[in-house]
Amino acid sequence: MGSVTHCGILELLARTVISNQVGGNMSSKAAASIVGMMAIALYSGMGMAAADPYQLNLPEPQTIIARQIYDQHTMLLWICLAIFIGVFGVMFYSVLKHRKSVGYKAANFHHSTTVEIIWTIIPFFILVGMAFPATKTIIAMKDTSSPDITIKTTGYQWKWGYDYLTGEGEGISFLSNLATPRAQIENASPKEENYLLEVDNPVVVPVGKKVRIIITANDVLHAWWVPALGVKQDAIPGYIRDAWFTIDKPGTYRGQCAELCGKDHGFMPIVVEAVEPEKYTQWVAEQKSKSAAAVVDVSKEFTMDELKAEGEKVYAANCVACHQANGKGIPGTFAALDGSKVATGPKAGHIDIVMNGKTGTAMAAFKHLSDVQIAAVVTYERNAWGNTAGDVVQPSEINELRK
Amino acid sequence: MAAVHDHDVAHAHDHHPSGMMRWMMTTNHKDIGTMYLWFSFIMFLTGGVMALTIRAELFQPGLQIVNPEFFNQLTTMHGLIMIFGAIMPAFVGFANWQIPMMIGAPDMAFARMNNWSFWLLPPAALLLLSSFFVPGGAPAGGWTIYPPLSVQMGMGMDMAIFAIHIMGASSIMGSINIITTILNMRAPGMTLMKMPMFVWTWLITAYLLVLVMPVLAGAVTMLLTDRNFGTNFFNAAGGGDPVMFQHIFWFFGHPEVYIMILPAFGIVSEVIPTFARKPLFGYSSMVYATASIAILSCIVWAHHMFTAGMPVTGQLFFMYATMLIAVPTGVKVFNWTATMWRGSMTFETPMLFAIGFIFLFTLGGFSGVICAVVPIDIQVQDTYYVIAHFHYVLVSGALFGIFSGAYYWLPKWTGHMYDETLGKVHFWLTMIFFNLTFFVQHFLGLAGMPRRIPDYALQFADFNMISSIGAFGFGLSQLLFLYVVLKCIRGGAKAPAKTWEGGKTLEWTLPSPAPYHTFETPPVVR
Repeated sequence: MGSVTHCGILELLARTVISNQVGGNMSSKAAASIVGMMAIALYSGMGMAAADPYQLNLPEPQTIIARQIYDQHTMLLWICLAIFIGVFGVMFYSVLKHRKSVGYKAANFHHSTTVEIIWTIIPFFILVGMAFPATKTIIAMKDTSSPDITIKTTGYQWKWGYDYLTGEGEGISFLSNLATPRAQIENASPKEENYLLEVDNPVVVPVGKKVRIIITANDVLHAWWVPALGVKQDAIPGYIRDAWFTIDKPGTYRGQCAELCGKDHGFMPIVVEAVEPEKYTQWVAEQKSKSAAAVVDVSKEFTMDELKAEGEKVYAANCVACHQANGKGIPGTFAALDGSKVATGPKAGHIDIVMNGKTGTAMAAFKHLSDVQIAAVVTYERNAWGNTAGDVVQPSEINELRK
Repeated sequence: MAAVHDHDVAHAHDHHPSGMMRWMMTTNHKDIGTMYLWFSFIMFLTGGVMALTIRAELFQPGLQIVNPEFFNQLTTMHGLIMIFGAIMPAFVGFANWQIPMMIGAPDMAFARMNNWSFWLLPPAALLLLSSFFVPGGAPAGGWTIYPPLSVQMGMGMDMAIFAIHIMGASSIMGSINIITTILNMRAPGMTLMKMPMFVWTWLITAYLLVLVMPVLAGAVTMLLTDRNFGTNFFNAAGGGDPVMFQHIFWFFGHPEVYIMILPAFGIVSEVIPTFARKPLFGYSSMVYATASIAILSCIVWAHHMFTAGMPVTGQLFFMYATMLIAVPTGVKVFNWTATMWRGSMTFETPMLFAIGFIFLFTLGGFSGVICAVVPIDIQVQDTYYVIAHFHYVLVSGALFGIFSGAYYWLPKWTGHMYDETLGKVHFWLTMIFFNLTFFVQHFLGLAGMPRRIPDYALQFADFNMISSIGAFGFGLSQLLFLYVVLKCIRGGAKAPAKTWEGGKTLEWTLPSPAPYHTFETPPVVR
């Protein structure tokens, strides 16, 4: 178990009591005006650290939409609590008093039209009261117009890809993989604080700017979800959806894929880093110079060793989850590459399946990788483990195929 | 099981086959009801073992017991088995046993079809379960089998699709039988508005089943052809739409939720008046509320898809329609409370489960209203909050209803009283461990734990551990139920015809155990 997970039930109870006493220090006007008693919020996780093992409520909201969601949830809890006390107060009074064992004689009434009409109409109006603020929030959530920055995110099995489409940072593009080492997942080394919620390349956005996020998927359904931002949107292959957020203060906000997408669904987190606009400008400049340095002349001829070395890296980042490090796959579920017909046959077929995927199977298209990456990984697969095809795929061949 | 019917087999005039063939060939509603109930209990234990394996894996962060692929197979199969194997057949079992006895009919309308409806289920269940042993394993795309993920699966998915087809055919035949029986075979004098509530809820449920099971069959058939015959219903690259599957699936899926809860409403509406010794409050408003819930349930399906992306008007319509269901549901809860009010209550096990049902189902209703509100649903969709919500309505709702009904009618079925002390122990253990398992999952969902993940961030560790402990307690407590039932079948105090002082419906005019053939001459209801 991790270092934060040692407490028992008693401590849970103690901390719940404490949080009831000191909690609610974040109550906002809207909820306060309706409830007026936020200070003793029934369950408030506010004021606790983000990774609190006994967090009872939604995470601290960081956008206007997330704030509205938080407040509406609090309001609904209070309404439900009031109804709960009303209904079950009556029922448990009845259970205690109207029992045969205390000699209570049964009455014989069996309907009252007036009462029945009253308790049909009152809930209706309570519901209207709940729906009203929700309607306003829904309309606001849908307003993705005039963003400062537009980022496209693509769900892959099992990572996220980001392309900065418009606004400052336009042209930046990267993949974001889980950064937690395999050893921690397999309990071979101690789990660290952000276990399963850390990535190699976070999405960086400036605070105070309206960010529109366009969401799609490459293979199966995924969902892009960052709780603190109040955004959850399914990523659908072949279709585009969008959402927006404006983050109030700098920080690192973590989320996860929220739609079952296959075996590593639990291992494709999302990390959004919100920074001051100046720092954002700096980050953009760094990314641009990095990508300029990374531009490779596709007509360059690579040696087998260069391609294999690069290919092994690409394989570890993209292929290993299914086909496994030893190339044996998982029998019955994911095909083996070691000794497979594709990896030992003509290279055209091999390149085709990597670039275009295979319909009806879990093999997705990997066209989004660069020419060098595709050439490298195919070369690697054909010459790793027991495979000895001996041939080399050059980036120029891939580049040619794209035309 | 045989002990229940030994006295019947001895009747020379019955001339039905004995041994295994008796059960294979039977057209008797009581035999078939018994088989449905045992089948569902076996499926309940099977799905339960899967649930416990899931909870064992989630006991601690990290991967310990199962790998992620198998974990997904378990969550998928747990859902399919519990819904199609445990809950639905259990209610059909109750319908078979009780509806003829409660309306004064000699048997079900289509006795041979009744046999066929049941005997389709075991092969379907075998087909579904054997998918674990084929290459690629069992379906692992969630019980909702959303494409394109479900198109990626191995042949286990095709087996599941065929199993769903067969179970759907069984459900449709069962429903036609129930509708016909109720509409045509009521005793003279029993008008529709004099029928027991359990019969009413089943009549409405059966209509829902006939309406939506073919829709599910259509959805999975399209999936089948997408998988095997190159069609592109749900493949965007071929001009299809993955979201269309969700619309069709949930057009079945949401009424399905009410298919699993309405008969439980019916059972509770029988049990509460009996043990409060007072007639059901607002009988006609109960009937209208049940019908309204059924109708509304057909126009709210897209609330399962708020995060799939929908026009704002779509989200608003489905939110308003969904919230509206709270009105008739509230009426039912108020009516049950008013039935208890100024009654003369005793708290035998069926009553305990019925009160537990109202209490916890209402909590599930509250979280349901919270999930209905689109902005909040955006946060809790596909998290443990939703898991908690639907287990409050399906376990402490549907399952508690089944337990309540089982204890209520066991004396009528077996002729013996069950062990009241053990029954109460079973109730309290179930109640405590259920809440230990599922209440904390609300917190997990709000804090951000997605559903269907085999491993989780450290902040979720403690509540998961509590939930897993609760789940094992809950699972083991159900073995006590098995023991109580077996003990009741084998012996116990002789149950009188009118087992419960407050029992008013027709089955309590029959001797206990109910003879093999009942109401061959219809009773007259005044």
